[in-house]
Amino acid sequence: MRLYFKFFVMHLKIAMQYKLSFLFTTIGQFLVSFNVFLGVLFLLQRFHEVKGYGLSDVVLCYGIILMSYSIAEMFMRGFDMFAGTISNCEFDRMLLRPRSCIFQVVSGKLEFTRIGRMLQALVMFAYGITKSDVQWDMKRTVTLLLMVLGGSVVFGCLFLIYASICFFTIEGLEFMNILTDGAREYGKYPLDVYGKGVFRFCTYLVPYTLFQYYPFLYLTGRTDRQWYMLLPVLGCLFLLPSYLLWRVGMRHYKSTGS
Amino acid sequence: MGKINGIFRYQKYMSFFRMRFLAGLQYRAAAFAGVITQFAWGFMEILVFRAFYEVNPGAFPMTREALSSYIWLQQALLALFMTWFLENDIFHTITDGGIAYELCRPTDLYVMWFFRSMANRLSKAVLRCLPILIVAAFLPAPYGMRLPASPKAGLWFLITGLLGFLVVVAFCMLVYIATFYTYSPVGIRMVAISMVEFLSGSVVPLPFLPEGFRQLIELLPFASMQNVPFRIYSGDISGMEIYTRAGLQLFWYIALVWLGKRLTAAALKRVVIQGG
Amino acid sequence: MIEVQHISKTFQVSRRGAGFSEAFKALFHRQYECIKALDDISFRIEDGEMVGYIGPNGAGKSSTIKVLSGILTPDRGTCSINGRIPWKERTAHVNEIGVVFGQRSQLWWDVPVIDSFELLRDIYRVPRRLYDSNLEELVTLLKLEELVRTPARQLSLGQRMRCEIAASLLHSPKILFLDEPTIGLDAVSKIAVRDFILEQNRKHKTTVILTTHDMQDIETLTKRIILIGKGKILMDGSLEHIRKRFSATKKLTVEYRGKHIIPCDGMELCSSSNQIASFEINPDKLGVSDAIAHISSQVEVRDLSVESASIDKIVANLYQQYQI
Repeated sequence: MRLYFKFFVMHLKIAMQYKLSFLFTTIGQFLVSFNVFLGVLFLLQRFHEVKGYGLSDVVLCYGIILMSYSIAEMFMRGFDMFAGTISNCEFDRMLLRPRSCIFQVVSGKLEFTRIGRMLQALVMFAYGITKSDVQWDMKRTVTLLLMVLGGSVVFGCLFLIYASICFFTIEGLEFMNILTDGAREYGKYPLDVYGKGVFRFCTYLVPYTLFQYYPFLYLTGRTDRQWYMLLPVLGCLFLLPSYLLWRVGMRHYKSTGS
Repeated sequence: MGKINGIFRYQKYMSFFRMRFLAGLQYRAAAFAGVITQFAWGFMEILVFRAFYEVNPGAFPMTREALSSYIWLQQALLALFMTWFLENDIFHTITDGGIAYELCRPTDLYVMWFFRSMANRLSKAVLRCLPILIVAAFLPAPYGMRLPASPKAGLWFLITGLLGFLVVVAFCMLVYIATFYTYSPVGIRMVAISMVEFLSGSVVPLPFLPEGFRQLIELLPFASMQNVPFRIYSGDISGMEIYTRAGLQLFWYIALVWLGKRLTAAALKRVVIQGG
Repeated sequence: MIEVQHISKTFQVSRRGAGFSEAFKALFHRQYECIKALDDISFRIEDGEMVGYIGPNGAGKSSTIKVLSGILTPDRGTCSINGRIPWKERTAHVNEIGVVFGQRSQLWWDVPVIDSFELLRDIYRVPRRLYDSNLEELVTLLKLEELVRTPARQLSLGQRMRCEIAASLLHSPKILFLDEPTIGLDAVSKIAVRDFILEQNRKHKTTVILTTHDMQDIETLTKRIILIGKGKILMDGSLEHIRKRFSATKKLTVEYRGKHIIPCDGMELCSSSNQIASFEINPDKLGVSDAIAHISSQVEVRDLSVESASIDKIVANLYQQYQI
């Protein structure tokens, strides 16, 4: 942990060396997600609601998913860039050091520019929280936090899976974007909007609904089932298969080299 | 004689084109993954609009069939029309000083990069578009890909599609060239691209935007990219409007190329004077 | 001690011909070819030895280094380094080795070198006292005082290589792998690096395994060389031994006064002008002293020199002889 902190400070220093670039990238990140917000805004102005969710509901939901995604991306960026790490032999160097590879990949890259997206998420929180008629109390606040954290873990696992696949394909596989970027984009609407098939996929294959749809129902008072707020914790079990895949990938890499 | 010279002049650019195109074809696994991604993306997009349609069919500004065709074309031809499909190699060439190497070649930098970008985009699109279009064509009625509204629409789809493609490449050239003038290419790139994303109708098709705002946007070069051909295809734009839109595309293409060439020349002059 | 027994490793590579049709064919059907990167490799290296590992590009040098450092698992064979199997006990094993890749950097590009060193200290969990004394020694010997405050990206290649070597030795490894450590360096830096490696080996009894294309490195640093080609070990012996066996001819140059020299059996005139002549002597047929005696019996010798073939030439001959 102490070592991680050192890496953290180092990456912060590096980011500050390129202040202008950092600033622009952060603004860029902000704008990219602002686009999506504009899209939602114009669509809901035209249609007023979707499956019974109004603008403030959708904005709040998008804020949650965007925040958890940005947290995961900021800290797990090393996995997102893993294809490059393998092809420039940086990973070999990691294998030569007496620390766990996951730790080294995670600490090797921190993307502070994702603060831009977080800011966007915060703006949406502000809008969603003030405009929606959620009764904010202790439990609802905890639910919100759990949703964000659970979401970060699930997204983190997806990044880990993406990196594990790189062991076999060397280059990153684009279709993993559906599960990460896609979930970020389409997770702005509560997932029952998309119909049964997608909903099942998002529950049983990748546990998105566990941190998005179900706790969101409780958050906005659409259900009284309090235990829904704990479902994001259950979603964290997704770590197990992801880690397993990483192990398999490592073994494969060691037997084929690069 | 002049004509023969002309052919020779472009032959070297064609060989760049060929090289890039072949290099792009190698990534079979990536293409396969791309097809799946695009298909899933289009599928989700259609589901979103289905949900909105169920709320209020009357508020739909275009027919569902036209919208479906729009979405599938967008996904299938993503590599041709998306501005974020930029080549990192070109940025590296500019920032690492590899530009000196490029300048030693007896070629026009602007034209060379233009061809290179076209080849790159085409090779990606060739591998990806057919599978997506074929599968989309077999989807049930309001969700699938239809044939063009009329033979005339089909023909003008091809013409405006080519023009739109050229406008996209010409715009991306400006993004590359901006790298000469800034210390933060990444930032400029992201800001430019996220603006264009929205204004070209790739986040939400332009007809869904509020009146007034929409009319203004449709005059910008960004609306001359995917917006025109995809809507002509499904008959959403028809009649005389086709010609004015195509004319606008042509105008923007010429304007962007002119600007790009001017800026390249100025930037290179600076590079030569400063010694890289 | 490093003990390698019968290690083999095969890779699959895809092939594609040139042109459009081949590119399209490759879309649907790819041809794979098996390449034996390592083919029954065995050797043994004692503690404190310095070994040169040579061979042409693609001979299997880096695959061997990868196996020895635990990055690559071989298909067959065993390997034990200080009693451990590298690819099975990675963390314990890498604590005892240092690796320098001449063409890649292990320093963090954007931070001062000393910050990289500090991070490495934490990564390897080097005790503060040991780290301080190691750092001091390395800084003095490699003359890094001024460099360590500079970000790695601003260092010249030679400066950076000295820092890279220091970075690999901070945790006092028992074995040091050097993969082309002098590549691209100027003469002064090359000599500095070689002197340091010699000193390190003498003082700390560090085992050094060196791959290089620079035969001067081999000549100054190692007593033993292992030659690998097409995945097989072709030869393993002392430099002297190889010299004796493979240095085909010696070159004898004389400055003399008198008429033409008539060569005898076993020597051949290469050039002659202005009372200076040079001969190639085949040591199997004629001793050098006999040759000199033969010449001085004909003319008055004023000056003479004997050169053996350069090590570069020997190695080139070796490669040719084994057709690798």
